[in-house]
Amino acid sequence: MRIGKVLQLSVTLLAAAFLLVPTIMSVLAGLTVNYFQGVRSGLTLQWVVKVWELYAGSIFLSLGLALACLAVTLVIGVPAAYALAHNPGRASRAVEEFISLPLAIPGLALALALLQLYGSYRGFRLSWTFILVGHVLYTLPFMVRSVQSVLAAIDLKTLEEGAASLGAGPARRFVDIVVPNALPGILAGALTVVMLSIGEFNLTWMLHTPYLKTLPVGLADSYASMRLEIASAYTLIFFVMIVPLLLAMQWASARAQRITQ
Amino acid sequence: MGQRTRPEDNAVTLTLRNIAKTYPGGNRALFPIDLDVAEGEIVSLLGPSGCGKTTLLRIIAGLETADSGAEIRFKGENMAALPVERRQVGMVFQSYALFPNMSVRGNIGYGLKMQGLPRAQIDARVDEVISLCRLEPCAGRAISALSGGQRQRVALARAFAPRPRLLLLDEPLSALDAVLRGALSDELAALLRAFGITAIFVTHDQDEAMALADRLAVMSQGRVAQIGTPEALYRSPETSLVARFFGNALPLGGRIEGAMLHLPGGSLPLAAPAMGKLAFVRAEDVKLAPDGPVTARVKAVTFLGTHYRIAFTGAAADELFCLHQGTSAPRPGETARLTISPQSILTLNPEKSVA
Repeated sequence: MRIGKVLQLSVTLLAAAFLLVPTIMSVLAGLTVNYFQGVRSGLTLQWVVKVWELYAGSIFLSLGLALACLAVTLVIGVPAAYALAHNPGRASRAVEEFISLPLAIPGLALALALLQLYGSYRGFRLSWTFILVGHVLYTLPFMVRSVQSVLAAIDLKTLEEGAASLGAGPARRFVDIVVPNALPGILAGALTVVMLSIGEFNLTWMLHTPYLKTLPVGLADSYASMRLEIASAYTLIFFVMIVPLLLAMQWASARAQRITQ
Repeated sequence: MGQRTRPEDNAVTLTLRNIAKTYPGGNRALFPIDLDVAEGEIVSLLGPSGCGKTTLLRIIAGLETADSGAEIRFKGENMAALPVERRQVGMVFQSYALFPNMSVRGNIGYGLKMQGLPRAQIDARVDEVISLCRLEPCAGRAISALSGGQRQRVALARAFAPRPRLLLLDEPLSALDAVLRGALSDELAALLRAFGITAIFVTHDQDEAMALADRLAVMSQGRVAQIGTPEALYRSPETSLVARFFGNALPLGGRIEGAMLHLPGGSLPLAAPAMGKLAFVRAEDVKLAPDGPVTARVKAVTFLGTHYRIAFTGAAADELFCLHQGTSAPRPGETARLTISPQSILTLNPEKSVA
């Protein structure tokens, strides 16, 4: 019994260490003066500052892209989820599968298809909206599914009939009844979309131009061409941005789950 | 078609003509129905599940469309073409359909908000309806913090607050447990009377219908079998279906010759000649009598406090039940003699087979 518990604890700690140690090493590497001499060489923020100087544009581009992507997926995804929940049937299932296709296809293939189709429109090809299109294609299914699962869990039809019998037309019903009751799903979907958009690499790497590097593309760039400390400091910045989002997403999906059950 | 006991002193508010419903597959949910409802009248649509009563209610509300040719007139104005949100009918749903994203006040005030009334007027009316429905203690609560009975009252208050022309209720008490249902059906009846509103409500529960309604429309297989006051339906049902569903009349079987009913256990006189009809009786009209004309064997006796429920065999074609009030009852296996007064035997036409 006691031996079992000790064994359990040590396996857990070992697994945690296996995941955590590289992370801590990487973070430390971004803060040490000279990685090859180790922490003995002293701690510094100069690499973080350097990263900011070199890649601030990437950070802002990624944030802007993520927000734009969120706006587009909200405008398309929430009404789409509503329409799917409103008309259950084979046609809806087919549309749902179709929306989800980008998840099954490798991002590289999707990017190639976009390049083949739109690559010749130079203005579009060189604009950030070209990357946005890729990100929307990739993140839309997450928004749709998240909203749809919350809508499926509530008796939307009767709630809407109730609102209609009180004099609310279709647009009012959507604003007053559908959106507020789908809010936990919308929130969970929104955080997923922002996180995926910030972290997306496959697609973006194919679609980016030298003047349009997103955060992960910049990361790859820094790994390839900068000294190790800068790449590690870059990772640190990435962490600081993504961890609060991750926590917020867990909180939102826990709320959505409470409604779904 | 059923007899119409329309109160003459009141103006007709709602007129339904030729309301039929055929589903795309060709299934007929409703055969053409005509119905008049007087101002302030409470009408119940009563029938077993699947008889079309909810479909009829939803057609009146505008939540379903009737086959073409239907007329839904409200004080002469045809509402059939109006969408639900412009019909000004209040609806209480079986599941109540309260908005979980709004408070009790928010729910009750929603219809008034949709009418575009100023804030002060909405508040005044919400307060008025809240006190009418005695909802003051939970006015500020969230919907999820309400009991079943409170939800039912909030649903009623929400439907009633915008001053609808007509109140429609779909099985308003069926979501509650049996104990609460009895208490709340009296309360609901009192509230509907206090509102003085014209109301139509759907139920499968005969007691609920009698407690709430001025008139009942008994429905079966997409048709209205009979419309009338509870007393009329109970005392003079027009079809065996109404007699069986409303008041639980049992078929006697046997053979009718002139004004005599010949049963396996003996013969009984009828009030009038009824050749070709079927005889029915209710358990409370079967009497034990030492010199009764019908002989029967006691099969089972159940003591129910106020009375005994006795099952007899050998008297009629099937088992015959008797509600016997007295201090003692015969024992199972004994032979007893029964009588039924001629007025208590209902003679009805055989059921028409429905196409």
